[in-house]
Amino acid sequence: MSDSLVQARGLRKWFGALEAVHGIDFDVQAGEVFGFLGPNGAGKSSTMRMIGCVSPRSAGELQVLGMDPDTDGPWIRSRLGVVPQQDNLDLELSVQDNLHVYGRYFGISRAAVRAKAVELLDFVQLTDRAADPVEQLSGGMKRRLTIARSLVNEPELMLLDEPTTGLDPQARHLLWDRLFQLKQQGVTLIITTHYMDEAEQLCDRLVVMDGGLIVAEGSPRELIARYATREVLELRLRPGARNGWDETLKDVADRVEELPDRLLLYASDGEAALAAAHQRGVQPVSSLIRRSTLEDVFLRLTGRSLVD
Amino acid sequence: MRALQELSRALGAPRAGLLMRVLPPALYVGRARMLVLRASRVSRNIWIMILSGVCEPLFFLVAMGQGLGGLVGAVVGPAGQQLSYAAFIAPGLLAASAMNGAVYDTTYSVFFKLKYAKLYDAVLATPLGPMDIALGEIIWALIRGGMYSAGFLMIMLVTGLISSPWAVLALPVALFVTFAFASVGMAATSFMRSWQDFGLVQLAVLPMFLFSDTFVPLSVYSPAAQWLTQASPLYHAVTLLRDLTTGAIGWSMLGHGAYLLVMTAAGILVASGRLKALLLH
Repeated sequence: MSDSLVQARGLRKWFGALEAVHGIDFDVQAGEVFGFLGPNGAGKSSTMRMIGCVSPRSAGELQVLGMDPDTDGPWIRSRLGVVPQQDNLDLELSVQDNLHVYGRYFGISRAAVRAKAVELLDFVQLTDRAADPVEQLSGGMKRRLTIARSLVNEPELMLLDEPTTGLDPQARHLLWDRLFQLKQQGVTLIITTHYMDEAEQLCDRLVVMDGGLIVAEGSPRELIARYATREVLELRLRPGARNGWDETLKDVADRVEELPDRLLLYASDGEAALAAAHQRGVQPVSSLIRRSTLEDVFLRLTGRSLVD
Repeated sequence: MRALQELSRALGAPRAGLLMRVLPPALYVGRARMLVLRASRVSRNIWIMILSGVCEPLFFLVAMGQGLGGLVGAVVGPAGQQLSYAAFIAPGLLAASAMNGAVYDTTYSVFFKLKYAKLYDAVLATPLGPMDIALGEIIWALIRGGMYSAGFLMIMLVTGLISSPWAVLALPVALFVTFAFASVGMAATSFMRSWQDFGLVQLAVLPMFLFSDTFVPLSVYSPAAQWLTQASPLYHAVTLLRDLTTGAIGWSMLGHGAYLLVMTAAGILVASGRLKALLLH
């Protein structure tokens, strides 16, 4: 397992009768950004907690940084940087004290952690808020501070559980930028997300999870090629006027999906599909041709029904 | 605050060496003092802390010792000597404030950090284990309790409520009492489901405070009530401290000490085991 930082074989996790992870295999290579995609309840966070050595596995094999979380948890954790789904900053401490105290948990000396905190606050653009209480920070600032905190021990592997959920676009882009910089520095990142644009932006390789299983694996480009077409034609139809069209249009596209307000035609050439549709008498209220995204892959693999 | 951090290091360090050898690293990595460091950063104003901790028993001492003491007159002490009522209840209040402080620090305060602030989830993502957390919180409760007890003992000394040089041992014993109640408090907190369950803490603490030989000598109770009183951990704490401040030294003190020792050990074991189950699931 030369370059694998994380290796899982038949990894399972259950809580009583509820099985959250049903036996998954994956490898994370050094230096890559690896993504877990999936709807809520797919088992992403349970998997992340097992990798983070804060949740013992129920069955299967798991190695993190070449060690077994069951026996070497403290050692592994000393080399991980963890950004949990919900910020758990120390609200009773100031911004810089959050970094100082957290660094001390890792056994870093007082002088070293002070120097590191200055560097990290600069990295996440919070230098001018160093002395403020954490409670006064905005959501995006708290997220950035959580990322700074996770870097205090100079981790080899970072675990980011939905790092940008709930952030505004500016804050998301700033975070992406910082994560990309970390990747450039050689840090391996494991990310869970259900934002497809985020996965496309950041991940070298990803797995799609659904119901505790891995249902697809590959790079964003590979997954789009495998599970979607190059382009998607969206036809918005008058209510009531769409019945039966998917039969008529079946051979125009590789796949036709019928939604309450529109038809989605997955085709390699959207323009050609639109022309063919017009020829067959379809008169859409509006039409749109776009590139396929991971979202199409995701919805195809995990379905459109709501998961809670 | 620097002195406090030095103290916490001194308290944490020897413990680390001893426990590291017997406990698995998944439970304990010997960095309990970092939790103490955190707590000392949070409590910036140490004087307000000491003042509030010393005032509680002081108010009781004035209200009961002065007020009620005038009606009661003298009381028979543990060695058969005549004691003023204030001198009788003062060691009881010392023990009770050690208990109250320890219970507050390890129940309300810990429950908040456990369920709402999610502090321990963040701590466990670092190398620290649940035993580091449990010990760290208990040591912090000890440091605070030690300051309260020292302050109240000074007041007892100045107001002439101490009648034996053995009272110098009252401070370490008060710390020991804090340790025992902090351990059990941590263990109890690990079973709490909601704030409502804290009613049970009050239900345990208040009768102990009132009936554990604190305000009234054991002899006034019926045999059945005496037996019940002697089961209370606070009774053993009160008796130990009263024996010291009044100079009634005897072998029975070892029995009281043993009771508190067993209580401490049981508390720590249950607390760290339960924290592991709660946080590392």
